Amino acid sequence: MSILIDKNTRVICQGFTGAQGTFHSEQAIAYGTRMVGGVTPGKGGQTHLGLPVFDTVKQAYEATAADASVIYVPAAFCKDSILEAAFAGIKLIVCITEGIPTLDMLVVKEKCDQLGVRLIGPNCPGVITPGACKIGIMPGHIHLPGKVGIVSRSGTLTYEAVKQTTDHGFGQSSCVGIGGDPIPGSNFIDILTLFEADPQTEAIVMIGEIGGTAEEEAAAYIKEHVSKPVVAYIAGVTAPPGKRMGHAGAIISGGKGTADEKFAALQGAGVKTVRSLAEIGNGLSELTGW
Amino acid sequence: MNLHEYQAKQLFAEYGLPVSRGIAVDSPEAAVAAASEIGGNKWVVKAQVHAGGRGKAGGVKLVSSADEAGEFAAKWLGKNLVTYQTDAKGQPVSRILVEACTDIAQELYLGAVVDRSSRRIVFMASTEGGVEIEKVAAETPEKILKATIDPLTGPQPFQGRELAFQLGLNSTQIKQFTNLFLGLAKLFVDLDLALLEINPLVITEAGNLHCLDGKINIDGNALYRQPKLREMHDPSQDDKREAHAASWDLNYVALDGNIGCMVNGAGLAMGTMDIVQLHGGSPANFLDVGGGATKERVTEAFKIILSDENVKAVLVNIFGGIVRCDLIAEGIIGAVEEVGVNVPVVVRLEGNNAEKGREVLQASGFNIIAATSLTDAAEKVVAAAGGAK
Repeated sequence: MSILIDKNTRVICQGFTGAQGTFHSEQAIAYGTRMVGGVTPGKGGQTHLGLPVFDTVKQAYEATAADASVIYVPAAFCKDSILEAAFAGIKLIVCITEGIPTLDMLVVKEKCDQLGVRLIGPNCPGVITPGACKIGIMPGHIHLPGKVGIVSRSGTLTYEAVKQTTDHGFGQSSCVGIGGDPIPGSNFIDILTLFEADPQTEAIVMIGEIGGTAEEEAAAYIKEHVSKPVVAYIAGVTAPPGKRMGHAGAIISGGKGTADEKFAALQGAGVKTVRSLAEIGNGLSELTGW
Repeated sequence: MNLHEYQAKQLFAEYGLPVSRGIAVDSPEAAVAAASEIGGNKWVVKAQVHAGGRGKAGGVKLVSSADEAGEFAAKWLGKNLVTYQTDAKGQPVSRILVEACTDIAQELYLGAVVDRSSRRIVFMASTEGGVEIEKVAAETPEKILKATIDPLTGPQPFQGRELAFQLGLNSTQIKQFTNLFLGLAKLFVDLDLALLEINPLVITEAGNLHCLDGKINIDGNALYRQPKLREMHDPSQDDKREAHAASWDLNYVALDGNIGCMVNGAGLAMGTMDIVQLHGGSPANFLDVGGGATKERVTEAFKIILSDENVKAVLVNIFGGIVRCDLIAEGIIGAVEEVGVNVPVVVRLEGNNAEKGREVLQASGFNIIAATSLTDAAEKVVAAAGGAK
């Protein structure tokens, strides 16, 4: 078991014939991901990387019965691309692109929720179930099939956690980069819920950052609903408070959002927190006795 | 991207919202002329910087002659205004807004942001307008009224009315407030705002609502489709080094420590600063070289880091996911050669071909210290910079 994706997941790529789409689709195929086609408007009927290219996601979905779509199109076109996939019937959409306008995401997120579509990202490395399926830009070779579920707001910090759990021999059940944008398709709580229900996942690593209140909300959720051991790291203790404009941001966040507040909230929920990102693997050892 | 008050008010006026007659000027002479042109016998002169708290810092003044407006402009133009929302250097004043004076019966607060938790644009209003609004929000949150905009239906008049009734406004003001609310919500969406604030929104002695201040922050990701707003950008308000770094697609923030940091990925860059501090060091900067750490960008990043005279050692922390670490090592050597780095450089390479990358660095003959782990890197760079504090 794993979460979100496994060796049977049929994946298409939007922005398939572009530089990013081509490079990362090649890597995904080499990793063993079951890529079944791609979409580039105007290039339907062609073959790319040995796979069929379609003009629309609807055609691709009808022809391939894809379960998931990964999106590498430029930010200005992502709202359109995500909604195209959602309306076509794709149930898991992973958007890698960074720089999508926030107001686009408000509409996209609302519509995906209505349609029962799970969106991961944007501005994220993607999702991987080691040894089975890689959807995104993470380096496959640092992963090891195993028992730790990893969820993170940051790309390269995820890789650090992956490497440490691989070096310790624990391996990963699945790793999910939820992305660093203000309006992510899925948040910590969504992914924690899946890890809690997944029998392969025996422990969870959660990596957060300063800003917003997603970590505090996750802490409250963990306290009530997560029985598995959780290790957390929050980046940004040394980050200076940004220059401010007005009061509205401070009023809405209620003064939350600093690394120290997030550490405190997680500790209060029974989570083992580590202050050094080099200590994630050791933290898991201590917590689980592995 | 932030706008100045005078720019925000121009936009408010375009959306038919009530603002004072005002002219933004960049010389004392123009300030005098502006006051005469506006007429009357009282004006408000306001230093234009991208920060709040200007009034308490002396950047806003009520004047009763055109000459006084000129004196205020002469005092502030070309100077930096330091408020509790700026850093210690403050923000340069390159424009003064000269405005007709408004008589004030009551001060309200009205603001809007994209709220991450509810994933909605949220409007906030309060009868407790003015500089203490954050204290009001913290101590008496029930005094902050909220209206949440549904992303699929957009703002509705009833939401404006609900706020207006709760604010205790009279029937004329309720109509004015509802129009103001709908206009601002439209402006927020049309112009891809991240933050909008009118503090104070005043009720004049004649009983009319009036926007006395205006703060606007625009979503940087949306600037590609807001050409008019891009032209309103005032580069004088940006940190010079940060702006230069941004032109190279490098995300740089200067800090006051002595250990320069060069890292790929924003999260890892923050994590690296944190681990340096955990080992007793003090980071001189945040710098994210991004995914494509090419030789050119690594070179430029070194130049930017070393332009800070406080830097006594540099830590390079790269997790080579897809890119090969030996290529990055060659980039670092090339950069050190070209820039002439004369402080110790500690390099931690992880990921693809990391071992080969370390060999390349060892063989270079430069003062480059290869670290074997993140903790090792942090310890070595802190030692190289003169030891833990």
